[in-house]
Amino acid sequence: MHIHKYEKWWLIFGTTTLISFLIIIGVSAFHAGAHPNNSKWTIDYEKVDEISPFDNPGVHKVEGKDWEYEVVLVASAFSYNPPEIKIPVGSKVRFIATTKDVIHGFEVAGTNINMMLEPGYVSELVTTVDKVGEFTIVCNEYCGVGHAMMYSTLKVVEDDDNSK
Amino acid sequence: MITANKEVGKKTLLPKGNSHETKGNLIKVDSKDAKLALAHIYVAFTALLIGGLAGLLQVFVRSGAFELPFGIGYYQVLTVHGVLLGLILTTYFIMGFQIAAVSRTAGALSSTQRKLGWIGFWLMTIGTIAAASMVLLNEASVLYTFYAPLQAHWIFYAGLALVVVGSWIEGIAQIMRYAQWRKQNKGLTSPLLAFMAVVNNLMWFVASLGVAIEVLFQLLPWSLGLVDRIDVLLSRTLFWYFGHALVYFWLLPAYMIWYVVVPKVIGGKLFSDSLARLSFMLFLLFSIPVGVHHQLTEPGIDGFWKFLQVVLTFFVIVPSLMTAFSMFATFELRGRELGGKGIVGWFKQLPWKDSRFLVPFIGMVAFIPGGAGGIVNASYQMNQLIHNTIWVTGHFHLTIATAVVLTYFGAAFWLIPHITGRTLTGRMNSLANIAGILWGVGMFIMSGAMHVAGLLGAPRRSEYSTYGGSEQAAEWISYQLAQAIGGTILFISILFIIGIVINLLWFAPKGEEEFPVAEATEGSGKTPAILENFKVWGVILVALILIAYTFPIFEILDNSPAGSKGFKLW
Repeated sequence: MHIHKYEKWWLIFGTTTLISFLIIIGVSAFHAGAHPNNSKWTIDYEKVDEISPFDNPGVHKVEGKDWEYEVVLVASAFSYNPPEIKIPVGSKVRFIATTKDVIHGFEVAGTNINMMLEPGYVSELVTTVDKVGEFTIVCNEYCGVGHAMMYSTLKVVEDDDNSK
Repeated sequence: MITANKEVGKKTLLPKGNSHETKGNLIKVDSKDAKLALAHIYVAFTALLIGGLAGLLQVFVRSGAFELPFGIGYYQVLTVHGVLLGLILTTYFIMGFQIAAVSRTAGALSSTQRKLGWIGFWLMTIGTIAAASMVLLNEASVLYTFYAPLQAHWIFYAGLALVVVGSWIEGIAQIMRYAQWRKQNKGLTSPLLAFMAVVNNLMWFVASLGVAIEVLFQLLPWSLGLVDRIDVLLSRTLFWYFGHALVYFWLLPAYMIWYVVVPKVIGGKLFSDSLARLSFMLFLLFSIPVGVHHQLTEPGIDGFWKFLQVVLTFFVIVPSLMTAFSMFATFELRGRELGGKGIVGWFKQLPWKDSRFLVPFIGMVAFIPGGAGGIVNASYQMNQLIHNTIWVTGHFHLTIATAVVLTYFGAAFWLIPHITGRTLTGRMNSLANIAGILWGVGMFIMSGAMHVAGLLGAPRRSEYSTYGGSEQAAEWISYQLAQAIGGTILFISILFIIGIVINLLWFAPKGEEEFPVAEATEGSGKTPAILENFKVWGVILVALILIAYTFPIFEILDNSPAGSKGFKLW
């Protein structure tokens, strides 16, 4: 099969570019640990309220772990519990979330905190919140008629704000 | 510059004699096959009008300045838009076009093959009507991805299943015609368009098996009340096994037109028959084992397997790179043949006033940012920034809703008159160009605004909302206004297109319109027989699917929580 010289160059250039993209995201994932939510934790979605840690949703300061805060969040049609999250800037946070009914999204708008919440599964993501501000948390998976009314707020605050 | 190459350049550049077929000696699609193809065109363009109107209502609602009357729900309208444009317009146009293409290049269908075609058509149509009635009755506002545990009426799922089964039967008819040709012409290279249609059908069979299993074994028994619960993650994984290949099922007919039709329209030749076939075989291999890249932010699937499918997703970019090269090589060869000089001189020589070229060309241009955005979406952890934001909607409005559909429209402008025995007049041709340009402008505004708003976090598939007065949401709303402007321009373009189609169906002057089919350049060599050996490629395809999916599906089944009951939250 005849392949034109320039087409060979073009394909070599294109494929090399694609491979370098793959290496970058691969190293970032498997070496630096930048993975999306890959949690395998399962739960009875009909009893979420009775099962720890979801029996106590909110922001919890933790000791002796790789992260300083745990945010436990329960989604259901059409709200999040807690409706507001407050964390000091620079903290390493583990978000733990699940749903009590249909599929919901958990997206902190304008950041890369973004997970699907599916019935029967707990979604998790560890990240550092490094920018002060008020971020809207939106449901980004269609869940029914009130879908666009479903939101919460993440407030990333200066350290001393939080102590008040 | 392609001409700098001596081997190919010399041989292929100089036309030998007059390459144009003489008028009055056009090869026509058999008139009975043409009728079958035409039936598809009617449904496809009806879907365009209604689906487009639904799209217009959506952008109005999202602008915040308009509310739907008569208690119609936003998500009901959104379901109409997605089902009609994503599933119905595409599948009908594809089947109609492919039947015409097979008949034109491999010869008229036998009466059995044609009968199968009609059976398929009517199954699809009954299915469409069934599913549409459920959507109109508000029994199925589950969007065109119908994710469980939102539960639609069982007739909605059954209707969609009929659409798929009908398309299978039509695909079988096309494959039978191709097999017949090969039997009658042993040792010869098959007609390229017929070969490409067969590849697309095979890919479609293997891919739609996923959604067929989901519907038959999960959604139907569950919505009928035969079983109580459904494995949500399994249903999504089966859906996306199908869902990404679906986009290639849409794209490949556009590539058929780019490879085979557009070169002829501009008076040039197909750059290379072998490369065109190779790229289609690569699409057959890599369109399917990549669906998990739609599930990158989901729980329950291991990071390793997600990443493996990301790698395979990147492989499917290679045949698109080949296609891009072929297209621009063909354009340059033709432009230089017409006397274009210098680096860009050849570009000016192309037939910019011919809508059969210009309209698909606008689509090709849109595919460049569309494809680049697709690479971002598939890039594992980068997906987190844009997943389910309106960036994604912006992305596929460049790929499917511009590159693919403008190519379909460009083809309809010769296919319909070819079938109806009419001609595309100069006036209609100009209107078609205006429609194509309006589409390009409208989409640039709408899709551009969607991309930016998505990066800022605006979610997709969401009705107008201020999110409790959030500052971020206020920022999104300004882009939603831009989307409404772009969407309005797009709807005007749709009205133009519908007008042209009506003219070509019933009012254009009688005459003969060509079904353009390009020949390969002489220097491109004989096509290796391996490229038509479906057994070899089939084995590799199955192996890739097993590698990509066995373990993730095993793990989903092994690790699965109790299933979900159905919810109707609309």
